[in-house]
Amino acid sequence: MIQFIYDGTFEGLLTAVFEVYERKAEKARIVSNKIFLPDIFSEQVNICTDATKANRVWKGLQKKVSVSSLVNVYSVFLSELPEAEEILLGFFREVFASADNVEENYGSHAVLRVAQIGKQLFREKHRFEAFVRFQKLQDGIFYAYIDPDFNVIPLITAHFVRRYADQEWIIYDVRRQYGIHYDTKQVQEVYFEFEVMTKHREAPDEIQDQQEDLYQLLWKIYFKNVNIPARRNMKLHKKNVPVRYWKYLIEKKPH
Amino acid sequence: MSDRIQEKLEILADAAKYDVSCSSSGSKRENKNKGLGDATGMGICHSFTEDGRCVSLLKILLTNYCIYDCAYCVTRKSNDIKRAAFTVEEVVNLTINFYRRNYIEGLFLSSGIFKNPDYTMERLARVAKKLRTEHNFNGYIHLKSIPGASDELMREAGLYADRLSVNIEMPSELSLKRVAPEKNTADIIKPMSYISKTIEENRHEIQVYKKAPLFVPAGQSTQMIIGASPESDQQIMQKADELYKSFHLKRVYYSGYVPVSNDARLPALATPPPVIRENRLYQTDWLLRFYGFSLNELLNEAHPNLELEMDPKLAWALRNMHVFPVDVNKADYELILRIPGLGVKSAKKIVAARKFGKLRMEHLRKFGVMLNRAKYFLVCESKGYETRDLTEEKIKNKILSISQSKFAPTQQLSLF
Repeated sequence: MIQFIYDGTFEGLLTAVFEVYERKAEKARIVSNKIFLPDIFSEQVNICTDATKANRVWKGLQKKVSVSSLVNVYSVFLSELPEAEEILLGFFREVFASADNVEENYGSHAVLRVAQIGKQLFREKHRFEAFVRFQKLQDGIFYAYIDPDFNVIPLITAHFVRRYADQEWIIYDVRRQYGIHYDTKQVQEVYFEFEVMTKHREAPDEIQDQQEDLYQLLWKIYFKNVNIPARRNMKLHKKNVPVRYWKYLIEKKPH
Repeated sequence: MSDRIQEKLEILADAAKYDVSCSSSGSKRENKNKGLGDATGMGICHSFTEDGRCVSLLKILLTNYCIYDCAYCVTRKSNDIKRAAFTVEEVVNLTINFYRRNYIEGLFLSSGIFKNPDYTMERLARVAKKLRTEHNFNGYIHLKSIPGASDELMREAGLYADRLSVNIEMPSELSLKRVAPEKNTADIIKPMSYISKTIEENRHEIQVYKKAPLFVPAGQSTQMIIGASPESDQQIMQKADELYKSFHLKRVYYSGYVPVSNDARLPALATPPPVIRENRLYQTDWLLRFYGFSLNELLNEAHPNLELEMDPKLAWALRNMHVFPVDVNKADYELILRIPGLGVKSAKKIVAARKFGKLRMEHLRKFGVMLNRAKYFLVCESKGYETRDLTEEKIKNKILSISQSKFAPTQQLSLF
């Protein structure tokens, strides 16, 4: 068994796949250096992330599978699941071993898992397109924080850029401690040190736009009044808005 | 000022909630010139109310003043309730400010009829026009078309809205006359047919000239109230089928009647809304549109009503045991789709995956097939499906004993 240790980036992972093939390693494991623990029984190779090698693997994949499988592969990487690298290596091996497109061979564990995790990430992406709540700040910036199970920011950026083309906004992932800032021209990654700690990292009152409270209140009023009490169905409600997302949702917070 | 807005929103959101449509998908409106919003993607539910319904749009009435007296409607003239009216500016402000905070996909604006249909429709269209032209708003707009309004106003509204809808209200003319004496079916059908015709023309226009202005790009829909009139499920679905075919509707919504008065013509207050029946009608609607079923297979003279205790697909399968078991490794996609316990996605996965090898039960389980239902109706490469020759009754009891209704165990009352 050879362990290929990469730097935790997607490019690094693709470089590691390249090296697995280069060394014809039959028994290989790809491990991120963020979680790597030395193992005295196996050989270790440190991967130097290399754009050219990564590109060759990606191009090779492009020739063999459809765009939706490419998105799924990237999604598996973003899932940060402990088994992500193993599933992806298995998937690459099956894809490159066959002359045909195997992406629909759901009888295979790796192929099915890539499709399933891809779907899981798609669902998470869709939820955050829905559950992000911006607060307007005094300087006109619309700010939102998220705490997603998976690293969804790379998947939701395009949606928010398209939709809020004319406003300046920030979406911040408080779990992974990074965010994106759109200034009406381009998107940049940002890192904050929070000076004022609020419970869930919402913006403190004193930097909010003076009408922010009013619109939050109006939204709560609206939410309460569109409900039909005679049709109350809390089981369905909680299935659709899982409790772990309530912390973002103004309408679910107590007054 | 802000207190008054709060009160208006309370009244006019409350009055709008009985319209069940909340769809925000299917439009083609892109963000242009770095404006606000984009309505091209799939619909998004930004929240869900405690009754489990999606909140996608700001759904409000412009006003709940109304000159009509429809018995089923909470804003009917004779009802002694608080009345309010938004100004055009107020609706525009609420929409923009909610949209910018990512609370909503857009606006669904309806209204009571004040003065006359044209006067009302003109104001609805004016809200949409202001959002589009003054605020470069490209989010989703659904306007209610007011029966009796002129074709010119309907056209104007359709140029700014993504969807228009006219509610058919009751499943038959007779029932409509009984509860809404001032309305008649012809007035409802006329705008529906105008919209349908104009959408059709617009499609051709766009083929010729790509930049022709869009007319109602997300199509039209309608709503029927269920359980407030004596029609059978067969009559209801016949009406829906007819509307889908005649006017190319995107959706027919079925709204279980929530009692709003003690009018003798209608179910009394505190009668629970027929939520299970409503659900069965939606399932039937889906089977007709996406599963290749014809209406007559699901509802006919012998079976004029859907069964409440099981879904219409399972009910059909139990009546047609001669079709089963279906071999998932050989059968056509259309037939696989008819196996209870699996849907369009699993059926597609089965057809795609079997090219690579024979499928066994564990494959089907991983694809998300509900085997506790499906196992009575299929065969595959491995064991695990039902091999005994069970009667229809036995299968039904076995399935019902392990399945739980997703609705609360309250008994549904029969009305008539």
